[in-house]
Amino acid sequence: MTKSDIEEILDLTDTFDEIGRRPIPKVPALRGRTVATVFFENSTRTRLSFETAARRLSADTMSFGAGSSSLSKGESIRDTVEVIEAYGADVLVVRHPAAGIAQRIDNWTDALVVNAGDGCHEHPTQALLDAYTLRKHKGSLNGLRIAIVGDIRHSRVARSDVLAFTMLGAEVVLVAPPTLLPPSLEGWPVTISYDLDEVLPTLDVCYLLRMQNERISEGLIPSVREYTADYGLNIKRAATLPKDALICHPGPTNRGIEIEAAVASDPRSVILDQVSNGVSIRMAVLFLLLGSGRNLGATSELEGGQ
Amino acid sequence: MVEKERVQTPPKGGVFVAHARVLDAEDIKRAIQRMAHEIVERNHGLDNVVLIGLQTGGVMVAEMLTEALSKISGTSPPQGTLDVALHRDDIGMRPVIPEAVTDISVDLDGATIVIADDVLFTGRTIRAALDALCDFGRPKEIQLAVMVDRGHRELPIRPDYVGKNLPTRISEIVDVSPEGVDLGTVEK
Repeated sequence: MTKSDIEEILDLTDTFDEIGRRPIPKVPALRGRTVATVFFENSTRTRLSFETAARRLSADTMSFGAGSSSLSKGESIRDTVEVIEAYGADVLVVRHPAAGIAQRIDNWTDALVVNAGDGCHEHPTQALLDAYTLRKHKGSLNGLRIAIVGDIRHSRVARSDVLAFTMLGAEVVLVAPPTLLPPSLEGWPVTISYDLDEVLPTLDVCYLLRMQNERISEGLIPSVREYTADYGLNIKRAATLPKDALICHPGPTNRGIEIEAAVASDPRSVILDQVSNGVSIRMAVLFLLLGSGRNLGATSELEGGQ
Repeated sequence: MVEKERVQTPPKGGVFVAHARVLDAEDIKRAIQRMAHEIVERNHGLDNVVLIGLQTGGVMVAEMLTEALSKISGTSPPQGTLDVALHRDDIGMRPVIPEAVTDISVDLDGATIVIADDVLFTGRTIRAALDALCDFGRPKEIQLAVMVDRGHRELPIRPDYVGKNLPTRISEIVDVSPEGVDLGTVEK
């Protein structure tokens, strides 16, 4: 994806955002099309927003969850995908804990594939909705200074966001303890800081990532309390963030860990905007894939087609 | 005669070459005046009348009508814009243009809506507009005002107010702008 591809999607999203505010928020654009959400990993927002987006465009939806499927009987992913395609799915929205699975599935099927998160790799529609949210509040991402704080190493959101934000002209600083940064940051267009307090007053956007408890057993952080003490956004820290800065979080939030409950409801927090913009962005993506007469094809992944 | 690049309105691409000027700027003004009077006459005033311009060509017609109506009656009726791209039956053949915004801030329940468009052709745009408007409420009545009716209807739709009835060949293109109405063709 190029800068102009991203901008095209963001521009189109305004159209779909307006539909969401109508008394009857539904248009017949994708009647007769079927969107299947194929989730091998749990999700609330991504799955619900893709399904809501599909329904607002009058597409039919089909929903596959790994837990309730024949995967437990040993059916392979490939067979599962072929079954879903045989039921008439035009688009497969795929999430899986393994990186690269969307690309792999795309080789197996004629249906269009949208990556809804693959392992620690990418989460393109999240990056698009984040960029859209920031653009809506700030007018443009050009020249913004954005910190992404937390478990960068395991975060597909961080990877996609870094790509999208920098492509749109923002300056990104990663803030995390050294153990939670990727082993190599070669080629990443970012700067690094280990000190949140130092960075906060200089920011336009503070983007917090979810801290996962598993990281303690992996020995990456000594304790959640120590992480919160050093990198959690509490009221005291939020006070040093500029008045017009924004606070983002991809969800689900761990209140009291990476973000203090009172900060999540700070007027600068746009966390719920991110959620509602997720539907509009996904409407734009589904429409571009199915309804526009153009084919973005398998390059729907953020890094694809570069 | 006039040449313009057709960027926004379909068929996309190609250059519009005008062969004949059908109405000039003054003719358009007179037609708008007459249509505005007809709207007031038919609705016994402008109570509950809402003008909706269809993106993109109809917005200009709606604006001109609103201006004329406010001169006639002293008050200008509420105005909105509607993009029907996502309600079309030929979706995918026409681009969805981000600049073509839908903006209807007035309550349409019980309103008398006058849809304004530049050219009435097959009637499919109006069909889509009727569908789209019903997502905003239950209007009392919907009327249709067009600058040019060029014939070739494919649906049982007729206009209530017409600037100019213009017999055309199906291959021709009618271009409406504030400077005039031109009949021509699109050359690649």
